[in-house]
Amino acid sequence: MTKADTVIVVKDLVKKFGSFVANDHLNFEVKRGEIFGFLGANGAGKTTAIKILCGLQSPTSGDIKVAGFNVYTQTNKIKQHIGYMSQKFSLYEDLTVSENFRFYGGIYGLSNKLIRERTKTLLQRLDLEHAANKVLRDIPLGWKQKLAFSVAVMHNPEVVFLDEPTGGVDPITRRQFWELIYEEANRGTTIFVTTHYMDEAEYCQRVSIMVDGRIEALDSPKKLKETYQAASMNEVFIRLARAQKNTE
Amino acid sequence: MRTILFILQKEFRQLFRDKTMLPIIFIIPVFQLVILSFTATFEIKHTRLVVVDQDRSAESRELISRFKGSAFYIVTAQAETYQQAAEFLKNGDADQLIVIPENFERNIINHTSTDLLLVTDAINGSAASLMSAYAMAIINNFNQYLIVEQMPSVTHTEPIGIESSYWYNPRLNYLTYMVPGILVLLVTIIAMFLSGMNVVKEKELGTIEQINVTPILKYQFIIGKLLPFWMVAMFELLFGLAIARFLFQVPFLGSLPLLLGVAAVYLLVVLGFGLFVSTVADTMQQSMFISWFLLVVFILMSGLFTPVESMPDWAQYLNKLNPVSYFIKINRMIMLKGSGFSDFSNLFYTLVVYAAAVLSLSVWRYKKVA
Repeated sequence: MTKADTVIVVKDLVKKFGSFVANDHLNFEVKRGEIFGFLGANGAGKTTAIKILCGLQSPTSGDIKVAGFNVYTQTNKIKQHIGYMSQKFSLYEDLTVSENFRFYGGIYGLSNKLIRERTKTLLQRLDLEHAANKVLRDIPLGWKQKLAFSVAVMHNPEVVFLDEPTGGVDPITRRQFWELIYEEANRGTTIFVTTHYMDEAEYCQRVSIMVDGRIEALDSPKKLKETYQAASMNEVFIRLARAQKNTE
Repeated sequence: MRTILFILQKEFRQLFRDKTMLPIIFIIPVFQLVILSFTATFEIKHTRLVVVDQDRSAESRELISRFKGSAFYIVTAQAETYQQAAEFLKNGDADQLIVIPENFERNIINHTSTDLLLVTDAINGSAASLMSAYAMAIINNFNQYLIVEQMPSVTHTEPIGIESSYWYNPRLNYLTYMVPGILVLLVTIIAMFLSGMNVVKEKELGTIEQINVTPILKYQFIIGKLLPFWMVAMFELLFGLAIARFLFQVPFLGSLPLLLGVAAVYLLVVLGFGLFVSTVADTMQQSMFISWFLLVVFILMSGLFTPVESMPDWAQYLNKLNPVSYFIKINRMIMLKGSGFSDFSNLFYTLVVYAAAVLSLSVWRYKKVA
């Protein structure tokens, strides 16, 4: 398979729950190695869109491909080629660090040798080799978050979905976390990230802002600030979200 | 296949790392078997009897000494009047009272009939009828002794001689009857609770979200989740059987592989219920309550404590849906009677159909929910 330059293609994605339209004709593309920020207020429809992209839900209509696979028929292929890390911490607290790596590596079909190698490299990268045999519940939240990210990229996915990955983490650890994200993107992994921290939005190469099921804005943070004549992404976000409120 | 092995490895690691789980698996069964087997008995060993002897004669003392000599009785007090004796019953200090009227001996010698008053505390109906039956047996025996004593010409006091023998449990040992049933309970409780809580635990902790975005297929996940508990429950059964055999000397007449084969299918039914519960519940607490509710109904109707045959027709009909009653029945047949497969093949096939139905229902529901 030749690796295409576009990893996520979304054309006219519509998702309805009864008469409620959660995603209203979304259109965007995400390129290989890009850090794509997927922003929006609570309830704007981000989670639904991510679930569809991860193959957990089917869209009502639209033409959507993730890592070259169709979200209607090839969900299991998609799952094989993506990584996912959610806001809710999702490694096993009663297993050790290396046991968690082993489990997730195993279910992605990595060989025992590869699991050992990847575990070693990833822990080295985090400088957490000494924690390999510690049970997860005994280690600090900041470490856990970094470990969860490492587990999510363990099988070298083409794209990693990060759903509010830095919730509840101190600013320094958040900074370090974003360094990890940059490193991973430099290796060619696409990063698809949602966040409520607007300083993090500034780190993204391109940002989309969802309001009430629609994508209201999509561009680089720099251009968005120019367009909306705002000093920060925070202002851009508030202006867009408030505009919507006023029209209601 | 390899994916399932990874899930199994993880499940066993978690199971054996859980400090509350291990005692539940290994110690509680022993406790349950030891305590329940000795306490869940219908026999009433020490009926507390109050005697009102208004006759104070040789014959009345003979009758009382027969009660005193019985293993089932303790004569706790002698009262002067019926009213005094009734107080004991009222206060719960006695279970039964017997009043021997004045002229008891004289009437016997004069060949006129005489009466006795027997009062039993009947709050617990079945206990009362047992105590009453014990008393009757003693009094009847005394009666026959009187007939022979008073009328030496009569040699046969019973026109029909009854020779009775008890098959399969010749000494009417209560343990022998209870242990096979209690073993079934044990395995059922372990399998049901563990499987009912496990998937819910992943839901509650949020790890199921992570599992859902991996290429694990639903069937792999379900097998990986249920197989460990199937194995634990099978181990539990063997463990319990060993205790029953070597600690309680409960006979095991049938074939062990046959029993394990039936258990293997039976556990699929239980695990199916467990999986179903975990698709309905969102938290471990809910799961516990639903499992507990189901189990209480299953256990009370299982025929472990009360015979199924004495239940009303509708309950017996309903009991056809109770997997616990099937396995208790089969287990008793294999262990105590040495029954072979053909003796209970109908029950077994019902379990097979049941397992298939419950498992497919819960797998279908699991797919819809997760």
